[in-house]
Amino acid sequence: MSAPPALAVENVTHAFGKVTALDQVSLDVPRGSFTALLGVNGAGKTTLFSLITRLYDNVTGSIRVAGHDVRRAPGPALARIGVVFQSRALDPGLTLRQNMAYHAALHGIGRAEARERGDALLARVGLIERADTPVAALSGGQVRRVEVARALLHGPQLLLLDEPTVGLDVAARRDVVRLVRALVAEDGVAVLWATHLFDEIEATDRLVVLHLGKVLARGTAAEFSGGAALADAFVAMTGTAPEAAA
Amino acid sequence: MTGPDDPATRLGWAGRMTAFRGIVWREALRFARQRERFLAALVRPLVWLFIFAAGFRAVLGLSIQPPYQTYVLYEVYVTPGLCAMILLFQGMQSSLSMVYDRETGAMRTLLVSPFPRWFLLGAKLIAGTAVGVLQCYAFLAVAWFWDVRPPLGGYLAAFPALVAAGLMLGAIGLFLSSAIRQLENFAGVMNFVIFPMFFASSALYPLWRMKESSLLLWQICSINPFTYAVELIRFALYMRIDWFSAGVVTGVAAAFLGAAIIAYDPSKGLIARRGGPGR
Repeated sequence: MSAPPALAVENVTHAFGKVTALDQVSLDVPRGSFTALLGVNGAGKTTLFSLITRLYDNVTGSIRVAGHDVRRAPGPALARIGVVFQSRALDPGLTLRQNMAYHAALHGIGRAEARERGDALLARVGLIERADTPVAALSGGQVRRVEVARALLHGPQLLLLDEPTVGLDVAARRDVVRLVRALVAEDGVAVLWATHLFDEIEATDRLVVLHLGKVLARGTAAEFSGGAALADAFVAMTGTAPEAAA
Repeated sequence: MTGPDDPATRLGWAGRMTAFRGIVWREALRFARQRERFLAALVRPLVWLFIFAAGFRAVLGLSIQPPYQTYVLYEVYVTPGLCAMILLFQGMQSSLSMVYDRETGAMRTLLVSPFPRWFLLGAKLIAGTAVGVLQCYAFLAVAWFWDVRPPLGGYLAAFPALVAAGLMLGAIGLFLSSAIRQLENFAGVMNFVIFPMFFASSALYPLWRMKESSLLLWQICSINPFTYAVELIRFALYMRIDWFSAGVVTGVAAAFLGAAIIAYDPSKGLIARRGGPGR
C-alpha cells in the first residue's frame, strides 16, 4: 500500500537551448498498471524517456523509479527499468542469444543465469526457435518482440516503450500490443507506453496526454474521451490533427 | 516479471566484472565477425613495412641512436611506429563504432546499464585496446619473418607499452566520438587526426632529422603525443623504459579519458548540450 509507484515524475522541465521540450511535467505510473503517454510527434515523449533513463540529466524536478531518484541513485533506478527505444537498439550482426547475453552482462547477470532467463523470455515472445539466428534476419515485428524480451531480462518493475509499433504492419502491431498487455496482466509489470496511435489505447487504460511539452490531461482514457472517440477528444483539446493510425 | 532477486545484489563488483566481460566479449565478437577488418588492420602496416620501408632504406641514413646499439635498417626503425599506427587506427575505429552505435541506438543499450558511466566507458576503452594489442602482436610476428627481430624479451616488455599507447589513442578516439554527431563528420576527423598525428611524429623519421629540415615541424612533432607512444614502444621493444614518454602517454590517456567521461556525463557533458545520443 505504501510502496512507491513504479514511476513518479514531478515538475520536470527540460530545455534544449531556448526550446523548452518539457514544461512542468508530472505523471506517475502505479505498479502493475498500463499507462499510455499520448502525444503527436514532437510532444516531448522521447525527451521524457531520455530523462527517465538518464540519457539526459533532469535539471529541475524529480524522477523516481520505485522510489529511487534517478539523479541521486541512478544505479538502483536504472536496474529497475526495462526500455524499448524508438530506434532499434539490437546489434544486427549478433544472434538473438548473443544480444540477450550482452544485455544481461550489462546488468551484471552472469552467463548461465542469462541463458536461462533469456531462453524463457524468447520462448515467451515466440522466438525461441530463432535464438541462434542473427537479428538482421528477423522481420521488424520480430525484432520488436526480441527488444521487449531483452528489456525484461533483468526483471524490471517498470517497462518503458517509446512508440514500439511504429513501422510495423497490422499483425505485428497487434502481437506487440498483446504481448505487453499480457505482461501487465500476468506478471504485474508497470508499463509506460508512448504512442501517437489512438487505437492502441483501451478505455480502461490510464492516459497522460502530452502536448508541446505540457501535460494537458490525466485519467483513464474513458474519462478523457467522455464517450466520444478518443481521436476527436484529442483534436478538441489540442487543436492538432492526429496522424492516421497505420 | 519482477526478478526473483533484488537488483542491488547485481550492482556490486561481481556484477561489474560480468558487465566488463560482456563488453570485451562483444568487442571481440565484432572484430572476429569482420574478418576483412582484421586483414586491413594487418595489411596496412605490412604494406608500409614491405614497400615504403624498402624504398626508404636507400634514401634515409640513420645514425646510431638509442635504444639501438648499432646501425639499424629502416625496417627496424619504422616497426614501432607501425605498431603505434595499428593502435591509432584501432582507437579511431573503436570510437567510430561508438558514433555508429549512437546512430543506431545501440549506444543507449550501453548507457542505460545501471553501472556508472565511467566504468562502462573504461570497459569499452580496455576492450578496444585489447583488440589493438592483439593486432600489434600479429604484425610483429609477420615482421619477424622480414628480419625485424627485437630481442625476445622485448616482445614481453613491449606489452605494457602497447597497452599504454592503445589506451591513450583509444581515449583520444573516445573523446572525439563524444564530440562528433554523425558518421560523415568522422571522415574529416580521420583526415585531420590520423594523418597529421602519424606523419608529424617520430614514427617514420627520427626527430633529429626532422629538426635539420624544419624547426617548426620538429616542434610540432615534439608536442604530438603520438611521438611519445611510438618512442615508448620503440624503447620497450629493446627492453628499455623511456620514462618521459611513459609519463606523457599516461598523462594524455588520463586527460582524454577524463574528458570523455565528462563529455558522456548526462549532467555535464556535450551530450546534454547537444541534445543527447542519437537525437
